[in-house]
Amino acid sequence: MKSPRRPPEPVQVIKQRRDATLRALVDGVPYIQFLGIRFERRGDELTGILPFDQKLIGNPMLPAIHGGVTAAFLEVTAIITLSWTYLWEDVESGAIDASGLETDGLPRLPKTIDISTDYLRSGLPRDAYARARIIRSGRRYASVHVEAWQDNRDRLFAQATGHFLMPQPRD
Amino acid sequence: MASKTEIARQFIEAIPHSRALGMQLTELSDGVAVIEMPYDSRLVGDPETGVIHGGAVSALMDTCCGAAVMSHPANPGGTATIDLRIDYMRAAKPGQRITARATCYHVTRSVAFVRATATDEDADNPVAAATGAFTVEGSR
Repeated sequence: MKSPRRPPEPVQVIKQRRDATLRALVDGVPYIQFLGIRFERRGDELTGILPFDQKLIGNPMLPAIHGGVTAAFLEVTAIITLSWTYLWEDVESGAIDASGLETDGLPRLPKTIDISTDYLRSGLPRDAYARARIIRSGRRYASVHVEAWQDNRDRLFAQATGHFLMPQPRD
Repeated sequence: MASKTEIARQFIEAIPHSRALGMQLTELSDGVAVIEMPYDSRLVGDPETGVIHGGAVSALMDTCCGAAVMSHPANPGGTATIDLRIDYMRAAKPGQRITARATCYHVTRSVAFVRATATDEDADNPVAAATGAFTVEGSR
């Protein structure tokens, strides 16, 4: 009765597809490049990385990372994670061709409706990391929580909750 | 002796990230601050439309709110953001400068409350609005 099982895809094929999708999302946005934000991927889990740079300083006396940079880092991580999750199924099933994403451009990105950032500690002059969790994602709206830390995962320096308008399919 | 307003202006214009974004303080007095940020293609969030990323608007709002707090007569020293919420009402027009105006409308011994709006060249239709709480540092 059972049809013969397809052999699992070679690991390089899977990695190539997923990394191409992530690159398409991140590399095309000038502001992400301006801040120097990168993303690391483990399976479907993304971690945003903000390498420290002098131009990110908001308080030269302490010194501390600019609150606006922190907010931007959280917002970028939320949008990329939301887009990534939204694309994941279609890219994995082959409904979207990952190799085409990099050349033909992306489906529309979610738009921020509002974002509320809590500053828990000052951002130190060193690298920062962030991960987002999608609290709810419907057809039109999504709610995302995102946390950022530096030296210790348990000592957050900032967190944010944002609401996003999901891209609508083009007709 | 330099006035507190002048000190605040120098302080804000010396912030590396504010300089990187080309922010210019155009008004500062008694709890009100106005800061302008020119359009810059490095700050684009959507390459298809050329619209500035919300994060850059956040940086402008945060700086402007902080400046408003520092210029308030009841605040003796520096400040730090406790929380800041930003509502994005519409996309800013590509190519236009963004102007933020923040008002520090209440100050207690420990907390300053601020609201702000950001507009592009169509000043009647705000691009974004913000509300935040900031620390009040030092004692009177």
